[in-house]
Amino acid sequence: MALKHQPIVVKLCLLTAAMFGFGYALVPLYDVFCDLTGLNGKTSTMAATAEAAIPDKKREVLVEFIARPNNNMPWVFEPVVHKLRVHPGEIHRIDYLAHNVTGRAMTAQAVPSVSPGQAALYFNKMECFCFTQQHLTAGQQLLMPLQFYVDPALPEQFSTITLSYTLYEVDAVTPVTAQTATGDNNE
Amino acid sequence: MSTVTTDPHAHAEHEHHHGPAKGLKRWLYTTNHKDIGTLYLLFALTMFFIGGAMAMVIRAELFQPGLQIVEPNFFNQMTTVHGLIMVFGAVMPAFTGLANWLIPMMIGAPDMALPRMNNWSFWILPFAFSILLLSLFMEGGGPSFGWTFYAPLSTTYSNDSTALFVFSVHIMGISSIMGAINVIVTIMNLRAPGMTYMKMPLFVWTWFITAYLLIAVMPVLAGAVTMVLTDKYFGTSFFDAAGGGDPVLFQHIFWFFGHPEVYIMILPAFGIISAIVPTFARKPLFGYASMVYATASIALLSFLVWAHHMFTTGMPVFAELFFMYCTMLIAVPTGVKVFNWVATMWRGAMTFEVPMMFALAFIVLFTIGGFSGLMLAITPADFQYHDTYFVVAHFHYVLVTGAIFSIMAAAYYWLPKWTGHMYDETLGQWHFWCSLISVNVLFFPMHFVGLAGMPRRIPDYALQFADFNALISIGGFAFGLSQLLFVALVVKCIKGGKKATAQVWEGAEGLEWTIASPAPYHSFTTPPEIK
Repeated sequence: MALKHQPIVVKLCLLTAAMFGFGYALVPLYDVFCDLTGLNGKTSTMAATAEAAIPDKKREVLVEFIARPNNNMPWVFEPVVHKLRVHPGEIHRIDYLAHNVTGRAMTAQAVPSVSPGQAALYFNKMECFCFTQQHLTAGQQLLMPLQFYVDPALPEQFSTITLSYTLYEVDAVTPVTAQTATGDNNE
Repeated sequence: MSTVTTDPHAHAEHEHHHGPAKGLKRWLYTTNHKDIGTLYLLFALTMFFIGGAMAMVIRAELFQPGLQIVEPNFFNQMTTVHGLIMVFGAVMPAFTGLANWLIPMMIGAPDMALPRMNNWSFWILPFAFSILLLSLFMEGGGPSFGWTFYAPLSTTYSNDSTALFVFSVHIMGISSIMGAINVIVTIMNLRAPGMTYMKMPLFVWTWFITAYLLIAVMPVLAGAVTMVLTDKYFGTSFFDAAGGGDPVLFQHIFWFFGHPEVYIMILPAFGIISAIVPTFARKPLFGYASMVYATASIALLSFLVWAHHMFTTGMPVFAELFFMYCTMLIAVPTGVKVFNWVATMWRGAMTFEVPMMFALAFIVLFTIGGFSGLMLAITPADFQYHDTYFVVAHFHYVLVTGAIFSIMAAAYYWLPKWTGHMYDETLGQWHFWCSLISVNVLFFPMHFVGLAGMPRRIPDYALQFADFNALISIGGFAFGLSQLLFVALVVKCIKGGKKATAQVWEGAEGLEWTIASPAPYHSFTTPPEIK
């Protein structure tokens, strides 16, 4: 290689490496972006405080609850209440039923998603079974609590919020590697 | 002499003493840009026919409603591998082949700047495509998740051929990146004295910008396939919601690569058309500088529009509007180009040899593809068009009557320079008219069935689409067969024909037309002086 080619070749190789890194950097960037904007409907993984819970009696929002076990997940998993009319700022508590119908102990993790996505920022969960993994022995049933309120700052355009949970079997994925892949965003 | 490095020059001298090697070794060990260009072009032609054969399988199955010829899983493999072969095996190597042949001759360089890397970047390609094609014979078949390999189709629901798919895409990416580095270094360092950037032919300019696009996005594709591989085999959860990932993230990463990729496949075509139209209109190109700036703006904008492929994923309205407006903005520089070509022809002394016919067809039909692209860019309308044959019609107009037609035009235009013989004009006109008619019979009705709701990538369809699909299939078979005329013509042209002059075309201008036809094995060993 002629000497005068070398600086350009080195720069272009560095650019290639940087763009490969950028592809991977998109993963945390996407998570940060979604946390800030609620783009993908992921709710916060931290318990919310009751600070903003000042009930706004003039307004009503319909909250719908959907729950489903993922493919190959044999548990029964459903909300006890399917719909709730709430005033923003009012704290509510509902239960989800989980039933391990298999003959072995299993661990599960529920992953929430809110639709429309931007409303996720205003859906505050003070207590949620989705913050931790659920361990059920063979045949065990459990009522799992969710305590939440809708932030009164919810923009006017949203009158219905749908909260959906998908229940995954944890043992199917190796938790350690799953954590390193996506950092602290692990639910 | 001053701008030519001593090394390639000395290398050229060395080759002079021994001459090109004989037989297979010449092609295996060659570092000559013309040999490597030829290899790329022949490889692309081979892949064009392999990918085309898969398209024939698809059209044969879709000739009638119901399942008659192939299994749905095999049908999916055909749509997937057809797309991969045509994008990475036919269009991109054909453009790289043209770049190899033409860029050194157009800028007065003796060869590409990095000839050994050039050899390597070609010779890893046959391995990449052998891996991909052989994966079709695995148990459970080859990749069947579409060329876009969306997760979780390519992670949770794919078979083990995915690993082979990933490795072959890695190799294709390495090849493209090496080719791009070579093009950039050649253009920056080996221009003849006096060849300033704004004197470079537009084909060189468009390739210069394309090479930067390749370096910017091929590594992102490599990252995306690597993530698919680790999600599938090593327990990571980039795209798996159970582990905290997000399948929509895949689409963002893929289309961050994918949208610039479509410009990688069309910018060199703009360069080709900008070379051919002035020659046959016998007028200099109208608006050279605006062409350069338009190309650069298209390249920059291409990084801001990726999510227009994802309007139906549930993006917030703000993001949909942003991507809609950015996408529509691309129509402006593209329109500048089309108007410049038309203005170049305005009051020109035009003749209609085969390269010009393909170039004219390109301008009209690529513009139709651009317009259907604008329709798809309209977010609310896209919800109707998404994943229908309307999309298939759109991207085949821009890739077949766009990219492929420009490659055909380039082949006809420079064949006399490459072989030293004029091609058979009658046979060429036959090839052109058969292709033009059949390609429109093939792709135009797809707009209608798409608007009526026929989904893409499905081996069966509702009965009301039967007549149009039979017509489309007939167009498809006719287009496929028409390309055999091209092979016959190229073989005939290599074997013999009327001697071509150095200038070949009356109106042709540029350094490549100052050297003899066929171009000698070593050209511009002493750089020409540009006024």
